[in-house]
Amino acid sequence: MMSFINKRIKQKVAFSFFSLVSVLVVGILFIILGFISIRGASVINWEFLTAMPDEGMTKGGILPAIVGTLCLVAGSMIFAFPVGVLSAIYLNEYLKENWVKKFMRSMTNNLAGIPSIVFGLFGMALFVNKLKFGDSILAGSLTLGLLALPVIIRTTEEALKSIPDHLRIGSYALGATKLQTIRRVVLPIAAPNITTGLILSISRVSGETAPILFTVAAYFIPKLPHSIFDQVMALPYHLYVLTTSGTNIEASKPMAYGTAFVLILFVLIANLMANAFRRHFSKKNKMN
Amino acid sequence: MKRKRLKIFEKVFEGVLFSSSTVTSLTVLFIIIFLFSEGIGLFNSTPVEKKYKFIVSNDNTVKELSSKQLKDIFNYDITNWQQLGGKNDSIILFTINDLSTYFTDEELGANFENLPSKINELIKQQPGILAYLSDKYIPAKLEGHVIPLTKISVTDFVSGTEWYPTSEPAPQFGVLPLILGTLWVSFGAILIALPLGLATAIFMAEVAGQRLRNILKPVIELLAGIPSVVYGFFGLVVLVPLIQQLFDLPVGETALAGSIILGIMALPTIITVSEDALRTTPISLKEASLALGATRWQTITKVTIPYARSGITAASILGIGRAVGETMAVLMVTGNAGVIPHTFLEPVRTIPATIAAELGEASYGGLHFKALFALGIILFLITLIINTSVELIKTRRSS
Repeated sequence: MMSFINKRIKQKVAFSFFSLVSVLVVGILFIILGFISIRGASVINWEFLTAMPDEGMTKGGILPAIVGTLCLVAGSMIFAFPVGVLSAIYLNEYLKENWVKKFMRSMTNNLAGIPSIVFGLFGMALFVNKLKFGDSILAGSLTLGLLALPVIIRTTEEALKSIPDHLRIGSYALGATKLQTIRRVVLPIAAPNITTGLILSISRVSGETAPILFTVAAYFIPKLPHSIFDQVMALPYHLYVLTTSGTNIEASKPMAYGTAFVLILFVLIANLMANAFRRHFSKKNKMN
Repeated sequence: MKRKRLKIFEKVFEGVLFSSSTVTSLTVLFIIIFLFSEGIGLFNSTPVEKKYKFIVSNDNTVKELSSKQLKDIFNYDITNWQQLGGKNDSIILFTINDLSTYFTDEELGANFENLPSKINELIKQQPGILAYLSDKYIPAKLEGHVIPLTKISVTDFVSGTEWYPTSEPAPQFGVLPLILGTLWVSFGAILIALPLGLATAIFMAEVAGQRLRNILKPVIELLAGIPSVVYGFFGLVVLVPLIQQLFDLPVGETALAGSIILGIMALPTIITVSEDALRTTPISLKEASLALGATRWQTITKVTIPYARSGITAASILGIGRAVGETMAVLMVTGNAGVIPHTFLEPVRTIPATIAAELGEASYGGLHFKALFALGIILFLITLIINTSVELIKTRRSS
C-alpha cells in the first residue's frame, strides 16, 4: 500500500513538473512576442510603413526594407517553388525505392542541415562573384531559394505521401496516363498541404539574414529597386543594422522595435494562415 | 498520333522532373566545390600581404620565420635573433613608417627614387635588420635576402590560438578559440534545451490530452518560425542587460546569453523530434507495462523512454546542429571576443558569427577572405558529421 502511494506521488510530482515546463515554453513565446509587440506596436503608423528612413535611420519609416524583403521573397519563391514541387513529385511518384532515391533524399536532408551562413558564403562565391550578378536581388533571391528548397520538397513530399494509392490506381484503371493522374488526381488533393508548405517557407525566407548579408542586403538605400540587379534593404538586416551598427543606436531603438514587430507580424500571419489552411482542408477532406 | 505525342510529352515532363530533383544534390556538390576552391588557397600560402616581403641582412642565419614569431617580433616580445636560433644581434625593425628616423627627405628624393639604394646601405650597416617592404622599394641588386615565411598549414590553422586576421604585418589565423567558442555556446544551449525540450515532449506525447496538444503544437511551430535576428534583438535588449545586472559583469554580452537564446531556438527541434520518437513506442508495450501494475510514470521511464532512446539522441544531436550553425542571434548577444572560453560569463566568438562579421570587410581573394571560407569548410564539416550521425541513428532504428 505504502509503495503504491509512493508511486502515485512520484507520478504526480513528475507530471506536474512536465506541465510546468510546458507552461514555461509557452511562456517564453508569449514573453518574446508580447515584449516586442508592446514596444513595437506604438511605433507603427502609416508613415513608418510608407516612408523612407530619415536622419541617420532614427526617424522616418522602413518602406525600402519592406519592399526589399517582398522582392526577395517573391524572387526566391519564383525559383524555389516550382523546382521544389517538381522534384518532390519526381521523388515520390516516379522513383522506386532504390539507391538513387536514397541518395537524393539524403542530399535534401544535408542541404536542410547546412547553416544559413554557409549559404551566404556559397551565394557570394557563385552568384555574386563567379556569375557576376553582383550584390543584387537576383543573387539574394537565388541564395534564399536554395535555402528554402529542402523545406518545400519535404512538405510537398509529405503531402503526396498522404494520398492513398488506390486513388492513383483508380485513375490508371480508367486509362489515364501517369502525368494525367498527377495533374488531375494527385496534385488537386495535395494542393492545400503544398500551399501550407509554401506559406511556411515564405515566412522562413522573409526572416533570414545570414544568406543575404553578402549577396544583396544594403545598409541604407533611400530608394526603391528598379531591376533585379539592384541592391535592396531587407527587414531582418535592417533590424540588425539598427541594433548593432546604426549611426545612433539609442535613438534608433524605437525604429528597431517597429521593424522587429513588422517581422514578427509577418511570421505570425504566415503561421496562422498555414494553420487555418491545414485545418480547413483536413476537415473538408474528412467530410468527403 | 495523338497518343504518340502524349507519350513524348510525358517523357519530356519526366525529364523536367528529373532535372529539378537534381538541383538539391547539385547544390550540395557546388557548395562543397566553392567552399574548398575559395578556402583551400589559405593553406600553403605565405602569411603576408601580396607584394610585400621581409628582408634580412646576408649575415643573418635564420632560415625561416613563422607568422607567430613575426607577431612576437613586432610586439617586441622577441628582440634578439638569438631567440630564433640566429646570431646574437638585436632585431632592428624597419618599415616604411620608419623612413624619417633614418633618412632625410633630400636623401630619399622627391619620389623616393633613392629609397632602394638607401635601403641597401641600411641593410649593409645593420646586421640585425628586419625590413618589411613593398616590392617596389626593394632594390634590384639586393644586398640582403628575402627571408621565407612558414606557410600556413592545416594544423596551424586548426590549433592556432590567435585569430587576428587583419593585423599587419603578421596576420594570425588560429581558429581554435572560434571552434571552442562555437562548441562552448552550443554545449550550453543543449544543456538548457534538452531537459526543457524533453520534458515538453514527454508532456505532449504521454500526459497532455488532445486539446492541450492542439495548443502546444502551434506554439512550438511559432517558436521555430521567429527569425533568428529577432531572437538576437530580444536577447540584446532584454537578456543581455539582465545578465549584466544579475552577475554584476562589465558587459552582459556573454556565452551565457548566447546559450540561453540558442537553447530557446533549439527547443522546437528537440521537442518535435523527440515527441515523434516517443510516439513510435508500440502501444502493446505500454499496455503490457500498465497491466503489470506499473504507473504511467513508471511506464514512461522504464518503457517509453528506453524505447525512444535513439530518437531522443537524434533530437539532441539535431539541436546541437541548429545551435552550431546559428549566426545572427549569436553574433548579436555573445560579444564576439576571440578568446578561448573558460566560463559562461565571458564573451565568446563563434565560427558563424566570425564569418558574418568579417566577410564584408575582407578583400576578395585575399588571405582573410580565404580564411573565412576555410572557416566555412569547418562549419560545413561539423554539420555534415551531425547530419550523417542522425541518419545513421535513423537507419539503425528502422532496421
